[in-house]
Amino acid sequence: MQETYTVYLIETRPAETVPGGGVPAAPDTLWRRYSEFELLRTFLLVTYPYIIIPPLPEKRAEFQWHKLAADNLDPDFVERRRVGLENFLLRVASHPVLSNDKIYFLFLTEEKGWREAVLETGFQDKVDSRLKSLSAMFRVKNPDKRFTAMKQYSDELNTVISQLLRVRARVADRLYGVYKVHGNYGRVFSEWSAIEKEMGDGLQSAGHHMDTYAAQIDDILEEEEHYADQLKEYLFYTDAVRSVCKKHELIQYELEMAAQELISKKQQREELATGTVRVFSLKGITSKLFGTESQEQRESRLAALEQSIQEGEETLKEKNTECKEFVQMAWEDIERFKEQKDKDLREALISYAIMQISTCKKGIQVWSNAKDCFNKM
Amino acid sequence: MSVGAPRALASSGQKPITEILHPLSAAEEPLSVTVGGDKQEVGLTNGTPVETSSPASTSSLFNRLQLDDDLEADVRDPYADSTEMRDLFVTVDNPKKHISTMETYITYRVSTKTSRVEFDLPEYCVRRRYQDFDWLRIKLEDSQPTHLIPPLPEKFVMKGVVDRFSEEFVETRMKALDKFLKRVADHPVLSFNPHLNAFLTAKDLNKRQGLALLSKVGESVKHVAGGYKLRARPAEFCAMGEYLDTFNQKLGTIDRIAQRILKEQSEYLTELREYGGVYSSWVGSEEELRRPLEGVAGCVTTSCGALEDLGDNMSLDFLPVLREYVLYLESIKNVLRKRDQSQAEYEGRLEAAILRKQEDRTPMPLEVEKCQDKVECFNADLKADWERWQSNKRHDFKQLLTGMADRNINSYEKSQAAWESLITLLQDKQTEDKTSETN
Repeated sequence: MQETYTVYLIETRPAETVPGGGVPAAPDTLWRRYSEFELLRTFLLVTYPYIIIPPLPEKRAEFQWHKLAADNLDPDFVERRRVGLENFLLRVASHPVLSNDKIYFLFLTEEKGWREAVLETGFQDKVDSRLKSLSAMFRVKNPDKRFTAMKQYSDELNTVISQLLRVRARVADRLYGVYKVHGNYGRVFSEWSAIEKEMGDGLQSAGHHMDTYAAQIDDILEEEEHYADQLKEYLFYTDAVRSVCKKHELIQYELEMAAQELISKKQQREELATGTVRVFSLKGITSKLFGTESQEQRESRLAALEQSIQEGEETLKEKNTECKEFVQMAWEDIERFKEQKDKDLREALISYAIMQISTCKKGIQVWSNAKDCFNKM
Repeated sequence: MSVGAPRALASSGQKPITEILHPLSAAEEPLSVTVGGDKQEVGLTNGTPVETSSPASTSSLFNRLQLDDDLEADVRDPYADSTEMRDLFVTVDNPKKHISTMETYITYRVSTKTSRVEFDLPEYCVRRRYQDFDWLRIKLEDSQPTHLIPPLPEKFVMKGVVDRFSEEFVETRMKALDKFLKRVADHPVLSFNPHLNAFLTAKDLNKRQGLALLSKVGESVKHVAGGYKLRARPAEFCAMGEYLDTFNQKLGTIDRIAQRILKEQSEYLTELREYGGVYSSWVGSEEELRRPLEGVAGCVTTSCGALEDLGDNMSLDFLPVLREYVLYLESIKNVLRKRDQSQAEYEGRLEAAILRKQEDRTPMPLEVEKCQDKVECFNADLKADWERWQSNKRHDFKQLLTGMADRNINSYEKSQAAWESLITLLQDKQTEDKTSETN
């Protein structure tokens, strides 16, 4: 069975000059398909759960205004996707943590053996844990306010960008209609000019300008797609932010669980030692009903509990450390992300404004030309 | 008058057909340029002196065949042909609503300034309603059937669809009435019509009693008997007819396109408003991005306003003028038909007379001569008016289309200004931030 897919050529060059004045190494070039990018990303997601992993461009075209092809093999779509993939690699390359990853390096340099290398890391084991964190319905007793706020922000951003992209597509559709209908003036002016003497030339040329006007919209909307892509990147970024927050929640939850278990075990020990039953336990009830156990049995149970408690304390210490480290690294990355987001979106908005100015200028130009023709009528 | 084949019909003075200008050509041949009714010596271009008798006589109609060949005079004001020649100025303005128990209606102030002797005073100021304009037009059509009478804005409006008393509607109608009156006042023949005089001067327009001063020519042409079939319309009038048909078609198409654009723009506007709203709602969750987001929302709002104005202007200024011209074309076609009838009658009578003559040798009856005169006058008037109409049409459409271009340019300029000031604002902030960082 034959399958058609697109591959992308990746060319990597070292940024720094070779020390000692030696000849710089030839750039690495290899071919990768979209699914390999997906594999890389999944690996990074699982290996660095405290990092907001840059998103991939969309697999299928969404938020399209109807004239743009939603076909995966359409050259415009493929080109925009290429840009998105390149952007993804650049984001990873410029990340203080991710850029050092071995698997990422191999992705750029090892065409053949890369897949095996990824599987060998055993990252799949952690995939389950990640899924658990994303889907689980657990409640944290003392949520970290900063993470709660960040998750809420990320949800809000997701909602607003989705809305924006949806409405923008409708706006693009309508604007397309406005421009294209003007093209009809071109034809009717031309027909009308045929029955006129003095007015003929002016009308005819004006008609040509109307055709030019109608054609402007294609380039205008093409350029705007770039803006839409910038927004989409951050839309997908919100998913990554959300998953970091959820992972933190899971770690926090596990920490709380560990602490709780330890407390419960310690209470059990106390009961056993003093004979009082404060905490409900099956052993306690059965011993009440069926008589107390022997001294031997009690002592062995106590010993087992002591062991359990020690292990519990170890676990708690680990979980605590894990949580602290996670919070520190995650929050560092979140701050980095916030700064990046503010800068990128601000630039995107400015470039959108510039696009609008260009659209206005083009419109003025063509109507001024038409006006000159009308004046010559 | 000799017997034989019917004489070739001249359509302008006594010129043979080969020298007659094609209706679609520019007026290359200058005709005499005087306008107005003062007692100066006027003559036809072929040098034949003409008696300057009272306005009602046939021959004086030839006096009135003056064409203003100064087409380049004032591009902006199509009605200022040769300003120093004009001696009748009219304006329609100052609409007022009148509420009575029977009805509610609007009146307009009609102001006149003139130095013509036909008017008793140099200035007049009266109030007229649409009905009065309608009366005037009907009277003009009846009394000057050989001339092209400018159209009025549409009489009937669908109640419920259009608000007859809205500012925009009244304004649009008033402009059209002003244009109508100005065109009549500028016409070398129509402006001397006694009904126009009454319209401009009488305190109370008594519309039921017709005025006695009807031109003899008008009356006689009115009583064209039906039943005569035209054999062949002369080439130039055929060309006129064809032009009218094609032009009508094109106007219809332009009207449809303009309406479609308005519809698409309106739908675009709806979506654009929602689009701006999303940026506004985004502001709430951001800090650093607050200013750029608010800025974008503001620019989108400005663009919406500009677009709305564009749409309103096109509805008010563009579409009504198109529709007015469609009405104009209709009325011109009617005049063409009447001309045809007039020619048909002449030919019919002439044939009958020739047959009778061959039988009993009676001289050519006077009626046939009168018919011939009628037709020749009609053709001359129509031809002159046609040239005038073509020239006015060119001015009107030039104005209309440049107006449309201007409005679109204006809309884009407003939008561009808003976006440019946003960029300045954001870039200033950026340099502000940078300097505060380095400090």
